[in-house]
Amino acid sequence: MSEYVYPVLFGMACGLFDRILMLRTDYRQYPTYLHGKIIHVALGFIASALGAVAVPALMEENITAITFLTVAASQFREVRNMERNTLAQLDSYELVSRGSTYIEGIAVAFESRNYLVIFTAMITTLVYIEFNIVVGLIAALICILISKKLMGGGKLKDIVDIEFVKPHFVNEGLYIDNIYIMNIGLPQRQEEILKYGMGFILKPKNFDARSTIANLGQRQAILHDVSVALGVYRDSGTPALVPLAKRDLEDGRVAVFVLPQNRDIQRALEIIGNTPTLENAIRMPTERNTKEE
Amino acid sequence: MSIEKMILAVITTNPKKAPSGIAVFHCDNQEEMYKICSVLEPILDGIAHKITDEIMIIVKH
Repeated sequence: MSEYVYPVLFGMACGLFDRILMLRTDYRQYPTYLHGKIIHVALGFIASALGAVAVPALMEENITAITFLTVAASQFREVRNMERNTLAQLDSYELVSRGSTYIEGIAVAFESRNYLVIFTAMITTLVYIEFNIVVGLIAALICILISKKLMGGGKLKDIVDIEFVKPHFVNEGLYIDNIYIMNIGLPQRQEEILKYGMGFILKPKNFDARSTIANLGQRQAILHDVSVALGVYRDSGTPALVPLAKRDLEDGRVAVFVLPQNRDIQRALEIIGNTPTLENAIRMPTERNTKEE
Repeated sequence: MSIEKMILAVITTNPKKAPSGIAVFHCDNQEEMYKICSVLEPILDGIAHKITDEIMIIVKH
């Protein structure tokens, strides 16, 4: 048996473990059940195998073997496409859609997780070969912690202050605080909205946050997350009962109007606060280097 | 295919003020206007918007 068998197996195991750790089914319900998970665990296995095998290949001075990793790269780009297509297909049947920005964010996360798995498998195999299994385990632990950190991402509560405000009507216009949401003509619908509707004001903490929450994809993500976690009072054929988020042009505050089934204000505030800030929505106008001008 | 961002129907108590070229429902009073709107809303999958006290429109967003 080759001297590399155990290090490679060890690297693969660590990589696979890392992938499983990153594969959580949470309130977003994705990936859902067994089949969705199997696909990702299998791809994680392939990724960890590629990462682990690359090290002995290099050690045997088989330099061209590294080109094998390019196959991995194109393979995992395919993962991103797969995720995007699946989610985009399903999105039209959601009562409150995820929106393309959220979907793209999820797809990118799935691709990058596989690269983290390759990285973990590679490092642990290398450390095992150079030192021993104990150091290898420590390296695996560090890699997993790094993966966790990189996959964490920001939360909305870091960039905005959230406040509950009861929606109200001025004539036919639905308002949250002073932000106009929509025109509801039927008194019967207005009553339903006052009964079931909840309003939240997101106040940006700084100028960067103002641009981030202005992004339509980010706002849709908030509506989707709240609707998933608290249920939604709507059905097809009741377009008036649609959750919406509108912006105050003056100061960049965003009013979120939702119709949850479970009207628990505290929980809703927590959920909005825990909505991920989508990496495609993040803007940093203040990072612009003034020296360039 | 569905028609979006267009006025699908107009419900009015004052036919003189209703636009032409689209389906217009004439009503005798506001109560009738609301009643027709609440029937049309789910059928057309649109939202009933009130423009003035005399005119309501149905739009699919």
